[in-house]
This record gives sequence, C-alpha cells and structure tokens, in this order.
Amino acid sequence: MGNELLEKYVLFRHRDVEDIHKIDGYTANDGYTALKKALETMKPEDVTNVVKNAGLRGRGGAGFPAGVKWSFIPKDIFPKYIVVNADESEPGTFKDREIMTYNPHQLIEGIIMCAYAVGAETAYIYGRGEFRTLFLGRLQEAVDEAYAKGFLGKNILGSDFSMDLYLHLGAGAYICGEETALLNSLEGLMGQPRSRPPFPAVEGLYAKPTVINNVETLTNVPPIVANGADWYHQFGTERSPGTKIFSLSGRVNKPGNYELPLGTPIRYLIEECGGGVIDGKAVKGILPAGASSAIVGPEALDVTMDYEAMAAAGTMLGSASFIIMDETVDAVWAAEKNVKFFKHESCGKCSPCREGSFWLTSVYRKLREGRGSKKDVEMLETIINQMEGNCFCLLGEFTVPGVRTSLALFRDEYEALARNGDEMAQPDHNLVLAEQMLNSQSKV
Amino acid sequence: MTHENGIDLALMDEVFQKYSQQKGALIPILQNAQDIYGFLPQEALQLIADKMGVSIGKVYGVATFYAQFYLEKRGRHILKLCDGTACHVKGTPLLVTALGDGYHIQPGETTEDGDLTIEIVYCLGSCALAPVTILDDQVMGRMRPEMMVRKVQKHIKDAQKAAGA
Ligand SMILES: Cc1cc2nc3c(=O)[nH]c(=O)nc-3n(C[C@H](O)[C@H](O)[C@H](O)COP(=O)(O)O)c2cc1C
Ligand code: SF4
Ligand code: FES
Repeated sequence: MGNELLEKYVLFRHRDVEDIHKIDGYTANDGYTALKKALETMKPEDVTNVVKNAGLRGRGGAGFPAGVKWSFIPKDIFPKYIVVNADESEPGTFKDREIMTYNPHQLIEGIIMCAYAVGAETAYIYGRGEFRTLFLGRLQEAVDEAYAKGFLGKNILGSDFSMDLYLHLGAGAYICGEETALLNSLEGLMGQPRSRPPFPAVEGLYAKPTVINNVETLTNVPPIVANGADWYHQFGTERSPGTKIFSLSGRVNKPGNYELPLGTPIRYLIEECGGGVIDGKAVKGILPAGASSAIVGPEALDVTMDYEAMAAAGTMLGSASFIIMDETVDAVWAAEKNVKFFKHESCGKCSPCREGSFWLTSVYRKLREGRGSKKDVEMLETIINQMEGNCFCLLGEFTVPGVRTSLALFRDEYEALARNGDEMAQPDHNLVLAEQMLNSQSKV
Repeated sequence: MTHENGIDLALMDEVFQKYSQQKGALIPILQNAQDIYGFLPQEALQLIADKMGVSIGKVYGVATFYAQFYLEKRGRHILKLCDGTACHVKGTPLLVTALGDGYHIQPGETTEDGDLTIEIVYCLGSCALAPVTILDDQVMGRMRPEMMVRKVQKHIKDAQKAAGA
C-alpha cells in the first residue's frame, strides 16, 4: 500500500484499492461518506472553512488557497457555477488524466462538496479535446453512476441541495487552460483571455460568480472533509500542506506520475522514483513546471518540492511536471522547442506575446542553423526584456523564464553556435528590421 | 439535400435538435459536424451560422482558432505524432524522417492516394510513453521508426480489407 513516503495514497487511491473507479468499489471504500457528512452535519461555510484551515492550495499552477477562493463567491448573486479545469495542456503534465481515468468518483465527490460550499447548482468539467475517449466513455459512466445513486441531481441524499454536472470538451488550444480563456471557450467563443478584474469569482461564466479549480485540487477535498484539517497537515510543509502528484518525464529511467508529500527533495523524485537518469548520465537541467519553467541546474537537486522552496530557488512548482534534461540534451535546441510551443499556442490577442514568440523562434532557428552571431544571442535577451511584464496574460509571460534561464545557465552553448555564424557573417534583413522595430518601441 | 461536392447538410438536423436548448453550444456543434464530414465544409459553417443566428465571421473565427478543427479535407487515416518536449527528446524527429522516407509526406500533408495524413501535436499528456503517436483513435507509445511504419501499413491494409469485405 502507498509508497515509501506515504502509508496510503491520498489522491491515487486506485493504486491501493482495486475497482475504485466503479461506484460500488468507491462506496465500499468510504466513498461518498465525506459528502454524506457534509450534507448531514455541516453548513456550507463549514466546508469552506475546513478546506481553508487545511491550507489546500490550487494544483493548477498558481497555488492559490482553494478555501480562500471559495470564500470570495458572493452569497446573493444567482446562479453560481463551478468549472473544473481539466485542460491539462502544460507539456509534461499528465496527472489529471490519471485521476479522471482511475479515481473519477473522488473528483466528482469533491466537485459536489465545492458546489455545496458555495451554493452552486451547475458544474462543468472542461477537458482538453484529446480527452474525448475518456470524456465520452469512462468519465461519463462515472457521472451517470453518481446520478443513478442519487449523489448528483435533485435533492442529493435526501437533502435540499441539488446540482448537475456536465462534461465539456475543448477543441485544441493550450491557452484554454488559462481560466478566463477557458470561460470564453465554454461559452462557445474563441479561447482568448479576458481582462481581470472582474475576477471569475464575481463575474465568471455568463458573468455569474464562478469557482474555477483544477482536477487535482478538488480531488483533495473529500479526504480533507472526512479527516479534518489537522490530519491533512501531517503531510507536506507548514505553508504547502498535503500530498501532490509529480509528473516526471524526460531523460529518466522510470517516467510516470508519483504522489509524494509536498516538500520532498527533487533528488528523491528523480533517483528513488524515477530510477535515476538514463545510462547513469548527469542531470543538466530541470524544468519543474513544464515548458513554462525557469530552468534550474543540478545544484537544485536538493531543493524541496513545495511552493516556497521552489520560488526561493528561482523557479516555481507550477503544475509540478518535472522534465529532466541530461548532458546529452542540447540546451539551445530544448529552449527552441519551448519557444516554438509558445509561438504555436499564442492566442494572438496581444502583440508582445504574438510578435515576441515569433521573433524568438526566428532567432533560435537562425542560431541553430549556424547563421547566427553574438548579436543574435543578445537579441534573444532584448526580445524577452520587451515581453516581460507587457503580455496580456501569463502565457506570454511564461515564454520568458525558459529563455532567460537557458541563456544564463548554458551561455557557452549559445556562444559556440554564434561563433559559427560570426565566421559566415551573413546579415539577416528580417532580423535587422525586427531589431529596429523593437528599439523604436522601447523609446515610446 | 446533397451538395454538388457530396456534402449532405440534412445530416446536421439531428445535431441542431440535440443542442437547440443549450447555451454556448457552438463548439460542440462544430465538433459534431466534423464527426459527420471528417472536416468542416464551407456549406456546413454557413448553415451553422444561419441556424444559430450568428455571423459567418464568428463561426469562422471559432473554427479557425482551435487546432482540432479542420477546414480542408483530410486523409482517410490520421497519424498524429507528438512533438512535445518529452517526446521530442525521445525521438519524434526520427519518426518524421521515417514517414518522409516511407510515404513522401511531411507533417500537415496527405498522401496522394488520400490514405494518410500526418500531423504534429504538442504533448498528448502521456509523456511517460514518449514518443507518443496516435493512429486514428489508437494510442501507440514508445514508438520506433520501423515499428511505426509497419503499424501504419497494417492499419491501412486492414481498413481496406474491411471496407472491401
Ligand atoms: C497559459 C496557462 C495555462 C494554464 N493551464 C492550466 C491547465 O491546463 N490546468 C489547470 O488546472 N490550470 C491551468 N492554468 C491555471 C488556471 O488559470 C487557474 O489558475 C487554475 O485552473 C485555478 O485552479 P486551482 O486554483 O485549483 O489551481 C493555466 C494558466 C495559464 C496562464
Ligand atoms: S499573452 Fe499571448 S496568449 Fe495571452 S493574451 Fe496575449 S497573445 Fe494571447
Ligand atoms: S510531450 Fe509527448 S505526450 Fe507529453
């Protein structure tokens, strides 16, 4: 049962208990008892308070305390909505899919309790288009089972609380993971972000109060309500309590999802869980939050994986999708990959992100094709300086740290490429033009 | 009512019925239309705009915004290759080369006989199986070039047999 650091899994209970994806398997193992407890013995605000006291932080990236978010929902505006973010599109993240496939009822139970806590009667799970098979199949079956047993629908468990849960599929756009773009997409519009304020808690879906939480966040709620805030604090650190699923990929022997207490060192994830780097090679760089990460080098191996320590190390925990690069990986190539991803996914609404990611991609291509010079390396810096702080949403801002840290940590690789280009000394008129454009922009 | 290019718009009736009560149903309607025709023909987009009482510009905007909508006809079989970070490191470029050699197509292209379209996608959320490919709806992880080409050949042959039988 569990693993070396956890006696029993809190989120990945399917790894301990067979058949937990079916409703009978789940109810035979304490499933929906937390919901019963909440409906029979707790007021809505008690549920919010226990989640607040447990210190549960959002698992979608930003780590915002979930209970605090719920308490922002105004009491006197109706209807209210719950939107579950199952867009899971950050490269290297594959945890929500495992929860929804193998332990869907714990998520559904968490959604119902969140709806009860804030007084919402409608909830949507918004999944990326690739989850089609899952959403039309297994997850829908789980929802149907929950309806059949009276956990969803009218007068849940004989109480006067009623709610409906719908599954909704996106159509392929990373930006739809950003909560306001997701709301637009759910309304049938282009998935471009909205300006904030107003925040979704006040004006969200169809301009009504809306809670948006990640799948993993809500999956934490049933055990918290069942066992209490103190129980939850036995896991993790004081400010980052609980367990977390870490998606490990890249150049390791055993990639996969690992549920561990927050505050476990990165080294443990790579060496004990992941069986170390392939062929015993050395770690060269770690991307702790997928493509959006500031990269850290091997000196960060003993940093602990919690929100505070990761920030202190100059990066972030984000969605905790650890991509490991070893010494065989070309750093400039890896950075180019990430930049291309952001160029492809930029929604085009604002120019720093749309144009910035375009020019970054061109400069990287030039460098990698051996046509670049030292000036091009500096150009990368100029572009990210222009982007930083100027993008409409975080997608554009997320393009910056990967490039900045790649330049800082692996400067020699950039300069080696630039030297080749210096010898060829070919001016690229497009880039000269871009440079002029950017310079003139910075003056205004 | 079948259009000259073989698009039967009557097939959409059921879709409109299903979503007539639902707010914001444009995306599910487009998804259903694409399931029917394999892509989103111009005629269907116009019909959707008319039925929903929105401008063709809005429908077109949404249809072009999302990567999973196609405005042009595609091959009978679709092979998606993940080129997200984790897959790229594990060898997606080798797969692309193998397809170029075997089928003379690049990502985004369809073979002349209309059998196969290949597409690049970014992270399918299964990085532990990198490099990941999806042939129609079948996920194939830890792919190697020769194995992939063999699987594609077999898949196309099997489908032809099934259609012939
Ligand atoms: C570009 C971008 C992509 C995002 N993608 C996701 C995602 O795939 N899943 C997710 O849960 N949150 C994602 N987020 C974070 C959401 O905007 C939001 O903060 C989160 O869903 C809130 O839930 P939580 O508090 O439970 O984490 C993304 C944010 C940005 C800026
Ligand atoms: S930063 Fe990028 S993704 Fe965000 S609004 Fe601007 S263009 Fe769109
Ligand atoms: S990078 Fe290919 S599945 Fe994630």
